[in-house]
Amino acid sequence: MSPLPSVDTLLDKMTCDLQQLLSDRGLENPVMVGIHTGGVWIAQALHQRLHIQSPLGELDIAFYRDDYDQRGLQPQVKPSSLPFSTENRHVILVDDVIMSGRTVRAAFNELFDYGRPASIILVTLLSLPGRELPIQPDITGQQLTLEHGERVKLLGPEKLALKLVTGAA
Amino acid sequence: MTADSQLQLNSKGQLRHFLSLNGLNRALLTEILDTTDSFVSVGEQAVKKVPLLRGKVVANLFFEASTRTRTTFELAAKRLSADVLNINISTSATSKGESLKDMLQNLEAMACDMFVVRHAQSGAAHFIAQQVCPDVAIINAGDGRHAHPTQAMLDMYTIRRHKGGFAGLVVAIVGDILHSRVARSEIQALTTLGVAEVRVVAPKTLLPTDIEGLGVSVFHSLKEGLRDADVVMTLRLQKERMHSALLPSEHEFYKRYGLSRDSLGFAKPDAVVMHPGPINRGVEIESEVADGVQSLILKQVNYGIAVRMAVLSMTMSGQMATRIKSS
Repeated sequence: MSPLPSVDTLLDKMTCDLQQLLSDRGLENPVMVGIHTGGVWIAQALHQRLHIQSPLGELDIAFYRDDYDQRGLQPQVKPSSLPFSTENRHVILVDDVIMSGRTVRAAFNELFDYGRPASIILVTLLSLPGRELPIQPDITGQQLTLEHGERVKLLGPEKLALKLVTGAA
Repeated sequence: MTADSQLQLNSKGQLRHFLSLNGLNRALLTEILDTTDSFVSVGEQAVKKVPLLRGKVVANLFFEASTRTRTTFELAAKRLSADVLNINISTSATSKGESLKDMLQNLEAMACDMFVVRHAQSGAAHFIAQQVCPDVAIINAGDGRHAHPTQAMLDMYTIRRHKGGFAGLVVAIVGDILHSRVARSEIQALTTLGVAEVRVVAPKTLLPTDIEGLGVSVFHSLKEGLRDADVVMTLRLQKERMHSALLPSEHEFYKRYGLSRDSLGFAKPDAVVMHPGPINRGVEIESEVADGVQSLILKQVNYGIAVRMAVLSMTMSGQMATRIKSS
């Protein structure tokens, strides 16, 4: 299997694509929200490259997961922080990887409990196959297919890099 | 593992009842505080709800009067999207254990997932946890003189948030220690979380005989007890639990042990003042201090909702894990 792409290269491409999308749709003054933890790292990088005015928002979706009954409350929940109003704003929602789509579903629900956004643009660094919900990113760095038993991990927050992990989760 | 922790924890060491802080280690108490941080931020959302306990039924069983604790538990459960039942029980029906058991059997039939219990008898919450079917999570909202673990945890959260941590702190607890379930839970929490020193300050008549065994320093002089303290916690005189003349008068108590601007001056200049409430102005605390800049009393109430959300969700989580294992 080909080596994993460099995160910087993907970020350059995503910045370009995102600027194009914002321009095409005429979206002004968007806000950006990253999903803990990898999504926040990616969002920080994009936030800087795009010179977004409002401070960066962070979501921890732990309280909105759909598997609380099966798995319970996981420790190391971090506080969510949205230091701006989402009411009637265009929200760029960022995560590192999209696979089943359940994390993004939880993020939508949480975002809507903060207010009613004008629109949500979904941005992910990677898109893996395996959707369990009909949710697709508007912008993605790269689509990736893994071998059975492989997982990909984003290392950070300094020097963002992708790493392949084999074996049991 | 103490008997208490055996009853409260499941096989993975997660909470499945929350009865007392006895036997709970520092890591678990810290997890409760960390989880509380996240629930504080829920209070900043427009819709102050998360769906964690959606479809679960939480029954408030308050055998003793309470407005503040019951309201915050109700708010906490509702913010977790649970369905809340408030069951008011007159004290006359519960003077014998047998009546309690009968009542519980009736409630079991209602398929409640969790009981939040406040009772005048020490040990009541433990008794209920052992007698009801293992699927119902029991949260102790205060039992007799024994324990009030959620109050202690919200006080710990307040201290951590305003003092940055626990290491090196000198904490003085002043007042009616003898009758206070809050004091017992506070002492357990403070020692587990590793403060430098826990002091109790009270007349001999308001201290339990075995107080030194709890690992605290005992003071009968307010001046000495407050000297260089970082945190001062005052307690209400629990007159409803006093069965003999333990004090000359409330006025006398205030003169010797009341927290006033003058007596607060014995503590460190940046010391914080706390009180579990309800406060008796002019008895254990002067209005000026209760309403002053060093007072965290209203903040304690505010944090109480988030702390209870953490406890309810962690305990329900532990219960679910036990249910899945046994199914």
